[in-house]
Amino acid sequence: MITLTHYLVLSATLFSIGLVGVIRRKNILMLFFATEIMLNSVNIGFVAVALYYGDITGQIFALFIIAVAASEVAVGLGLLVLYYKRTGSINLDSLQIMKG
Amino acid sequence: MFEAIAFYTFSILTIIMFGITVFSKNALYAMSALAGGMIFIAGFFFLLGAEFLGVVQIIVYSGAIMAVYAFGMMFFDTTRDVKESIHSKKILYTLSVVSAVLIVAILSAPIFSSQIEALYPLGIEGASNTQVLGLVLFTKYLVPFQLTGIMLLVAMISGILLVSKRMDLNLTQEDNEEETREIV
Repeated sequence: MITLTHYLVLSATLFSIGLVGVIRRKNILMLFFATEIMLNSVNIGFVAVALYYGDITGQIFALFIIAVAASEVAVGLGLLVLYYKRTGSINLDSLQIMKG
Repeated sequence: MFEAIAFYTFSILTIIMFGITVFSKNALYAMSALAGGMIFIAGFFFLLGAEFLGVVQIIVYSGAIMAVYAFGMMFFDTTRDVKESIHSKKILYTLSVVSAVLIVAILSAPIFSSQIEALYPLGIEGASNTQVLGLVLFTKYLVPFQLTGIMLLVAMISGILLVSKRMDLNLTQEDNEEETREIV
């Protein structure tokens, strides 16, 4: 018998994997991949809660999250391509132009 | 029984795929593993009775977003391994501990949510999942839905404008001679 806790633990595990990726990656493209993983894990949690509480709102918010992820990829990748054309690097450390 | 088998199979496959995405040094392997993981997550949605979201997940994530990433990776040099140097170990460990505490708080949140009751119920008799979703989306969530459409339009225009060459300059205006000379 699979309960809500199973799905929430799975969602938290996937979120942790994405968080590890966000923390340890230095390549901006890989950072985008890790962000997608985190968004997807939250989607699983929302849909599981929607089923086990019998409320459709979770699925609607998962739909909105998918839309946000799509626009994030479009804008983020456009900026990244522009930055790569200008500097020739997509390393996160090369963004430190203020020498803070 | 079948639900349990499907759940554990999909969870193991998804965790392996996303692990490859996070820990792989090759950008191409990471992208392929991410696409596989997205499709397995669609399997979870079908398992949870959200057929519409499962189909949207396959179309939008595995189709559109992965295609955009594949196009974007043509601009970068992806055959070479990704070189990463991690400097500040202290900040990394502090952030890890803080996020672990946060995740414990998130996981313990369902304990306080026992008095939740459904506002918009799933099971309307004689209506499929897609019909219920459409009913609630076009009545209660109409304004957020329209705003989502505007947001996607803005994102599309900015994506075209950022990647394509010289599209931010006006080609037809006569009095702007500097820009015209620059283009020619």
